[in-house]
Amino acid sequence: MTNLEFTPLVFGISAVAGCLGALTGLGGGVVVTPALTLLLGVDIRYAIGASLVSVIATSSGAASAYVREGYSNIRIGMFLEIATTLGALLGAFLATRTPTGILSVIFGLVLLHAAWQSSRGRPHDEKSKKPDPLAQRLKLNGSYPSADGPRKYQVDHVKTGFSLMFGAGTLSGLLGIGSGALKVIAMDQAMHIPFKVSTTTSNFMIGVTAAASAGIYLGRGYIEPGLAMPVMLGVLAGSLVGARQLIGAKVRVLRWLFAGVVGVMAVEMIFTGIQGRL
Amino acid sequence: MTDRRLEVIISVLLRTGVSIAAMVVLLGGICFLSRHGQEQPEYHVFHGTPAIYRSVSGVIHAAGPSNCPAVIQLGLLLLILTPIARVAFSLAAFALERDRTYMALTSVVLAILIYSLAS
Repeated sequence: MTNLEFTPLVFGISAVAGCLGALTGLGGGVVVTPALTLLLGVDIRYAIGASLVSVIATSSGAASAYVREGYSNIRIGMFLEIATTLGALLGAFLATRTPTGILSVIFGLVLLHAAWQSSRGRPHDEKSKKPDPLAQRLKLNGSYPSADGPRKYQVDHVKTGFSLMFGAGTLSGLLGIGSGALKVIAMDQAMHIPFKVSTTTSNFMIGVTAAASAGIYLGRGYIEPGLAMPVMLGVLAGSLVGARQLIGAKVRVLRWLFAGVVGVMAVEMIFTGIQGRL
Repeated sequence: MTDRRLEVIISVLLRTGVSIAAMVVLLGGICFLSRHGQEQPEYHVFHGTPAIYRSVSGVIHAAGPSNCPAVIQLGLLLLILTPIARVAFSLAAFALERDRTYMALTSVVLAILIYSLAS
């Protein structure tokens, strides 16, 4: 295969990845890494570099639309970014002294369970509950656009969410995976944030988490321009299409899509853990 | 500055950053394909990219009509810079709002980002 054939192929795969990534809040890496390594035989390190680029492209491309429409909650994003970036630092520090194979299997199992949970949605939460005072102090409560005008929401269990985000960041630093899945799950299941706000706020945050580790991978020579070029352009195009779809999409469909992608990702992690490729 | 206004500015900032980055990557890509289109990509074995593509200063020096991959790399650097610029801008915006809590929160995030990029 020549570069002239390889480039459009990678562009096409990346466009699908970007669209899925923008709709689920997971970033494009979930699709890009396995597609490049398994389908096209690209070395895992080049694939990781390309995947990192794809996460930043999805995040920044779709976020510009989501923030403008009023879906992403920038205060929730800023507040939780502290936990994820600190966690990522800890994860990178621990990476050399942790058996990542076993961890990968355990985390895969946790994700499988979480995928099942989020596909079922959330039990109707009792609205009589007292609002979390921390959410009020941090001005996290907000509203988002819906078919019948702006809809208000309250954020619960801020401390639990913050701790989960710290865990999400640590795991992403440790295992080199996008932490988007845990971010969405923490916001949706623990903090009771509406699903579309959870996925779009996750989408808003993952770019920053990825940018934090981009320097390291660039220095190690993982970011190969000839490969990253079609990935970046494809993912960006796909993410813009995905962002348009989100507005009209039914939450139930989005939940299934999210659960499906996270389920595949979980199985992937269990396999790599067992193979000890990490 | 209200939160709504902050959202609009952040949105414009992200779009501008991504558009410029995509433009530069596209330019470098066209140039790369026109010169190396018939060559075989060799990504199945890891060699690591040449040293000039691994540092910001290396990329800036090499980027030009004679080195198309470096132009792509320059575009990718602009892409990486976009979310960081977003955090830096948010800090300034929260300062204008005199929102001390969020100024502190954003400063911590920016400090961690700069620390991890520098190390």
